[in-house]
Amino acid sequence: MERNPIRRQLAIMRQSLFDQGHVDEQFVQLEELQDDANPNFVEEVVTLYYRDSARIILNIEQALERKPFDFRKLDAYMHQFKGSSSSIGAKKVKAESTLFRECCKSGNGEGCMRSFQQLKKEYATLRKKFGAYFQLARQAGPVETASRPK
Amino acid sequence: MVMAASETKFHVLAVDDTLIDRKLIEKLLKTSSYQVTAVDSGTKALEFLGLNNNDHQDVKVNLIITDYCMPGMTGYDLLRKIKESSSFKDIPVVIMSSDNIPSRINRCLEGGAEEFFLKPVQLSDVNKLRPHLMKRTQTNVNKRKAMDEIVSPDRTRARYNELEVN
Repeated sequence: MERNPIRRQLAIMRQSLFDQGHVDEQFVQLEELQDDANPNFVEEVVTLYYRDSARIILNIEQALERKPFDFRKLDAYMHQFKGSSSSIGAKKVKAESTLFRECCKSGNGEGCMRSFQQLKKEYATLRKKFGAYFQLARQAGPVETASRPK
Repeated sequence: MVMAASETKFHVLAVDDTLIDRKLIEKLLKTSSYQVTAVDSGTKALEFLGLNNNDHQDVKVNLIITDYCMPGMTGYDLLRKIKESSSFKDIPVVIMSSDNIPSRINRCLEGGAEEFFLKPVQLSDVNKLRPHLMKRTQTNVNKRKAMDEIVSPDRTRARYNELEVN
């Protein structure tokens, strides 16, 4: 159990990311890659993700404004987005991406739009949580080891 | 990490059009003590190898790890280009994909890929690369070394190794 109050709060925040299903095992993999040479690796990857995926989100938004929907294109965009989300362990976002793709495959335009709205919500929620988490992490300073979720 | 007797760092060429995945695979490989060059397309990979310069190998690459789904040249296309090249056909190629499609996996393995990793690639996957590199270590000795066949438990195909020694 962490004695340092900041570290303790950080551990609680981290645990809740897992408990609430926002991140999965892949996030732990990222943490395990963080070392002295790259002490902010996880934050860097997550920052890169949000920057890179913003472009895809925009592409999807624009594609959803064109009727009739080009389901192949939408699916291709979401395939990309899902891949990146999966790489950072963004569990809920990834799950919503899968639903969106299923709607594309069945030509369900309404389903796509609903799913996309939900996806953007999860995406934004996670971004806020990550923002708070990394801000605290920077305050706490480098941690020696990554702890596994219980 | 304990290195092989030669203590040389193996050089891996990583190919992925996605920025995040490129960053990840680079870190995974560096953490496993490989020297890494990461490019964002099959075309750039071939350029880096020097395939476009009269098939002459400009740089020493010990393994190529490539994403499957890339615009233009897919990972499979790149695999085939490597395997069809006299200078580069012995470089082991590993393919990564976020899609678990058995026919795709088989096609890649049949096409000469050593391994097929499902994304997101993890350290445990990267640990599987070393045997593919060790068996292809070139030595200065002018005779062929007897090497063990490496038979992966997941696949029934055994690969025979033909070492080219300088």
